[in-house]
Amino acid sequence: MSLPKKDLIKGTGIPVMENDIDTDRIIPARFMKTVTFDGLGNYAFYDARFHEDGSSKGHPFDDPRYRGGSILITGRNFGCGSSREHAPQALQKYGIEAIIGESFAEIFIGNCTSIGIPCVSLNKEDVESLAQLVQENPGTEIQIDLVNKQVRTPEENFYLEINESFRKSLAEGTWDTTAALLQNKEKIEEVYRNLAYIKGFVA
Amino acid sequence: MAKNLFNKVWDMHCVGRLSSGQDQLFIGLHLIHEVTSPQAFQMLRERGLGVLHPERTFATVDHIVPTASQSRPFSDPLAEAMMQALEKNTKEFGIEFFSLDTDYQGIVHIIGPELGLTQPGMTIACGDSHTATHGAFGAIAFGIGTSQIRDVLATQTMAINRPKVRQIYIKGELQKGVFAKDIILRIMADLGVEGGLGYAYEYTGPTVSRLTMEERMTICNMSIEGGARVGYMNPDQTTFDYLQGRRYSPKGAEFDRAVQFWKDLASPPDAEYDDRFELDASSIEPMVTWGINPGHGIGVTQNMPRVADAPEHEREGIKKAYAHMNFKEGAPILGQKIDVAFIGSCTNGRISDLRDAARVVKGRKVASGVRAFVVPGSKQVARQAREEGLDRIFQEAGFEFRGAGCSMCLAMNPDKLKDDEISASSSNRNFIGRQGSPRGRTLLMSPAMVAAAAVNGRVVDVREYL
Repeated sequence: MSLPKKDLIKGTGIPVMENDIDTDRIIPARFMKTVTFDGLGNYAFYDARFHEDGSSKGHPFDDPRYRGGSILITGRNFGCGSSREHAPQALQKYGIEAIIGESFAEIFIGNCTSIGIPCVSLNKEDVESLAQLVQENPGTEIQIDLVNKQVRTPEENFYLEINESFRKSLAEGTWDTTAALLQNKEKIEEVYRNLAYIKGFVA
Repeated sequence: MAKNLFNKVWDMHCVGRLSSGQDQLFIGLHLIHEVTSPQAFQMLRERGLGVLHPERTFATVDHIVPTASQSRPFSDPLAEAMMQALEKNTKEFGIEFFSLDTDYQGIVHIIGPELGLTQPGMTIACGDSHTATHGAFGAIAFGIGTSQIRDVLATQTMAINRPKVRQIYIKGELQKGVFAKDIILRIMADLGVEGGLGYAYEYTGPTVSRLTMEERMTICNMSIEGGARVGYMNPDQTTFDYLQGRRYSPKGAEFDRAVQFWKDLASPPDAEYDDRFELDASSIEPMVTWGINPGHGIGVTQNMPRVADAPEHEREGIKKAYAHMNFKEGAPILGQKIDVAFIGSCTNGRISDLRDAARVVKGRKVASGVRAFVVPGSKQVARQAREEGLDRIFQEAGFEFRGAGCSMCLAMNPDKLKDDEISASSSNRNFIGRQGSPRGRTLLMSPAMVAAAAVNGRVVDVREYL
């Protein structure tokens, strides 16, 4: 399966500067009553964005200053809680192409990577300066360079961290893993046949 | 230094290193449910792929099932559509499905162990973050997303990075009225909700050895709430006794051979770990969460934190929590009024949880104005509870006794909080909106504490009711 390389992502930012944002917040469970991922973009951060009467709470996703933003900037432990892939799917369908944060929950970062959304970490100070820069100059172009491991802005560059296997597969456009896994069918069967619980625990 | 259980099991299942640098890990048991699997089956169809080992995948329905009436079609057409998709997918791909028509339907993390599907030394994956529950048996179990469900279905393997291992050593006697739930809430409070990022947790020590399998499952279940995708315990005689005679457990001579193999898996005393944390269980009080993540837990006699006393990096989070909970900082949690009492979930919906709650409820009445309900974790748990007369104890007290499912743990079915109601809940997450109302508020606690709160209409110290 041929996929685009995510080696360099350019866009403007949307700062959602909180820690421990869980996936129930990103996509409330009631919107997961569906057998597809279609249309989830409308419900990204729904309860954080809208009052129960449908009026806006003024969330950054609805702030006209950040309209068209494709890079979410956030705090620590983003995407914690439920393993629902509906969360990154909702963000992607809303228009988010990459996430910059202090740290990410593990299942979430795996889910993001498997649909081609890079999640890159900056240290706390750098995330805060980047968020401040975007808050002061909302149209600022941000570049995420996965080859040189840099987040660049016209004002300042930051060193980014990302797990090397995630970096490589995103930068090379090989983040859809099914084909690579299928290549090793013989070895899969060999491991399977040798498992104690498959062999009836006979040595 | 010797290998710990985690690394032994991982190495047995490792197919090789992918060019990305990730390991290709064989998944010995794959569990699926109606919410996170339909898109994965659709991806298989779009790519013309089949299921490589359909006999290693088992399905049930839990998240969306109504618990008041479970007759079909469901009154919610969206829930009915999800149910039908799972029926179609399991039939088309030859996967065993414990549907509502069987005696074995229930929450996926309750039925796996109950049926003996969950065994020591397996790798277990499920599209649900509470999959670490199965780690209580000495399995390496973790939650995955839908794209990874596709990979496991198509290849019985997945691409994954090997985490580090932290030993959580627990010693000391639990006080009366302090349960497994309190141990894990205390670990969350001590280590924080991101303390486990990058780690698998091995819970060990004399306190863990004395716990029953159901108590062990409660602890492993909530590993993810502390950021650890995997949590496990070493298998021992308690594990083997639990497994003997279950539907999918090895039988006869094979069981004896299995026990020998399982014993050898346990981490030896000189096993190596990347980190270690020690906890004295005798210092744990019944725990209650006051805020908006499972790390916001305090002992029931403690006061809620003051923003100014918190470390600087936690202050914004605590302020946000108070803004949602509408509680006064520094106030006691004891005496806090509740509107709803919920006993159930993959954390605390097992028979021992219902017994612990029933002991408190027996001969008492649910406080006026409180909606209280018990949702057994599986049909088997419900059957056992009825046999023991627990359903009557709950009903006589004013609780509803419902059918099996996830229910108000995540409120994908009709069981929801209204407006800014406060629930005392034996579930695992107090996230904003988690229990079905965007303004709803959740206080996590043990099933016995929920029962005591239900009969008093407010948070009380269960130690006074035992």
